[in-house]
Amino acid sequence: MYQEIFSKYTPTKDNLIYILHDIQDSDPQHYISEEAVQAISEYLNLPANHIYGVITFYSMYSTTPRGKNIIRLCESPHCYIKGSENILRKMKNSLNVGVGETTKDGVFTLELCACLGVCGNAPVMMINDDVYGDLTEDKVDDILAKLREVK
Amino acid sequence: MKYFRTHILIGINDTSKQAGVDAFIKTLRESLTAAGLQEEINILETGPLGFFGKGICLTVYPDNVNYENVKVEDVAELVDEHFLKGRPVNRLMFDAGSKFTPKFNYESRIVLRNSGIIDPESIDEYLGTGGYEAWEKALQMKPMDIVDEVKKSGLRGRGGAGFPTGLKWSFTAPIECEQKYVVVNADEGEPGTFKDRLIMEGDPHQLLEGIMICAKAVGATKAYIYIRGEYKLSINRLKKAIEQCYNYGLLGKNIFESGFDLDIDLKIGAGAYVCGEETALIESLEGNRGNPRWKPPFPGVKGLWGCPTIVNNVETLANVPYIIKHGAEGYKKFGTPDCSGTKVYTILGDVAYPGLCEIDMGTTLRTIINEYAGGMKQGFRFKAALIGGAAGVILSDRLLDVKMDLNSLNQYSAVLGSGAILVMNENTSIVDMLWSILRFFRHESCGKCAPCRNGSQQLYDLINKIKKGQGTEDDLDKLLLIAETMQQTSFCALGQSPVMPIRSALDNFRDEFLALTKK
Repeated sequence: MYQEIFSKYTPTKDNLIYILHDIQDSDPQHYISEEAVQAISEYLNLPANHIYGVITFYSMYSTTPRGKNIIRLCESPHCYIKGSENILRKMKNSLNVGVGETTKDGVFTLELCACLGVCGNAPVMMINDDVYGDLTEDKVDDILAKLREVK
Repeated sequence: MKYFRTHILIGINDTSKQAGVDAFIKTLRESLTAAGLQEEINILETGPLGFFGKGICLTVYPDNVNYENVKVEDVAELVDEHFLKGRPVNRLMFDAGSKFTPKFNYESRIVLRNSGIIDPESIDEYLGTGGYEAWEKALQMKPMDIVDEVKKSGLRGRGGAGFPTGLKWSFTAPIECEQKYVVVNADEGEPGTFKDRLIMEGDPHQLLEGIMICAKAVGATKAYIYIRGEYKLSINRLKKAIEQCYNYGLLGKNIFESGFDLDIDLKIGAGAYVCGEETALIESLEGNRGNPRWKPPFPGVKGLWGCPTIVNNVETLANVPYIIKHGAEGYKKFGTPDCSGTKVYTILGDVAYPGLCEIDMGTTLRTIINEYAGGMKQGFRFKAALIGGAAGVILSDRLLDVKMDLNSLNQYSAVLGSGAILVMNENTSIVDMLWSILRFFRHESCGKCAPCRNGSQQLYDLINKIKKGQGTEDDLDKLLLIAETMQQTSFCALGQSPVMPIRSALDNFRDEFLALTKK
């Protein structure tokens, strides 16, 4: 099942990062499974521990299954003084999960992240590939509700 | 060429896309046509407009009016009042209360000269502003002449460390070997910094032209742009720009029959602050954990896959086309004698007009805040400014008149860093701010060396204790001692950095920390 992704890349180590990106993006649970690591290990002829080392080093990769929508709320200094803690509290309450956890229905995973470089609109979060800025507690519910509706 | 009486510039970015800019433009176009204005008023989709407003933002020329947070529902009023009758709509204006006209000083812009004016997705518009003339010139120059010109210009790295760019190139250029590389550091992760993103979104071709000239100067035939995975819009615009260059024959084999080959490729990062360090970035490109390497050998001699590699910041390379086109002397008209050129700043926080600007090196912080950011937001007083992100310094009003350039700031053990300026009002807690910075370092330490791995945790524990009111005066000294030890013993710049915010916070705001400690 990973062959389609592998066929886009030559089996050299420098392609590991991109293969990991592609595999994670194509997985409905947005993570890199043990089977995937084994398959990559064979394709790139790299030890599995090297691949685990890389996966756990970078914040964008996950080795545990995640929700359909991945929320990444910025906790860096600028968002922090603009009230990202309040947004986090609100989000935890609305979703009834802690940081790094997935909602029971599997729709959302809540994560924290470092500066997203959209500080002009702090506090900021990214959900999947989209940036949401100038967050307020009221806005959070609207955004979550809209995403829940998407089938 | 068609002439329009009014131009409406619309900033296309992640925020405005989220706010539905496509639907807005469609409605605006229809309404202008319905009012019979389509031949008089031009709509231009462009990059960063220079101010950080909410939602969809517009700039209207020649009126120089900025609107923020405009919605589809506002189109009728905008067309009726402003575009037909010439009466700007006050309630939609960006901070109409401040009575401040932002200074865009286009005359002294180098890197941002096209930003917010041209369509960044069109190579023809870039060519129309004199783009790629420097590349054409460079193709006819001897490599060492390009290096010398850049050396003479006094250009220094804009990523933080401020290393002379020409000198860096001069180490790599004479090496004879099969393969050399140029790597662009677009892994912008310094908190509060996003100038590189705005440069790439606003004028991607200028960066590409800088890369081409650098590659020719050092003899590299392959260049990689290592860009953050989160910068989706920059990635798309660069991809498009690179494709256009191949179509126009500006890249590829035997470019313009000069015998010179060059390919540029994008490489997407996966989220690690430490990858902004040049050797960690190279490790990441090779498919490894982003742990920094021992230096020397420096990447200029032995870098990517063991080959000589130039690693330069986005803003640094975006300066290069101007230097080649106008010569070192033309470039040195900007800035101070010791520190030439301009600097791109992002000004954030409690100022009236937060925004993006490019200003001569050596301008004081006071001038930057008052003349380019409209001073403090109404009702707020200046307390402190964080300069250069987490690996930066916290300055008090005592230092408002320091010249912002690489040398002057060094005298105060401050650095210009990445050009991020975060202005804080009198109600901001410096202890809180420092807590947030130290939490960041603890999270981002890569774990390779013990001083940084353990030190960043200890710093976080101490500031936590102080923040909770359980610290003592001794803890303040300990904070500094640990940070200084990290500075002397850490493997790379990450572990060497926490001392800067800590020392400056304690120097300038010690009383505030003392007030929280137990007697």
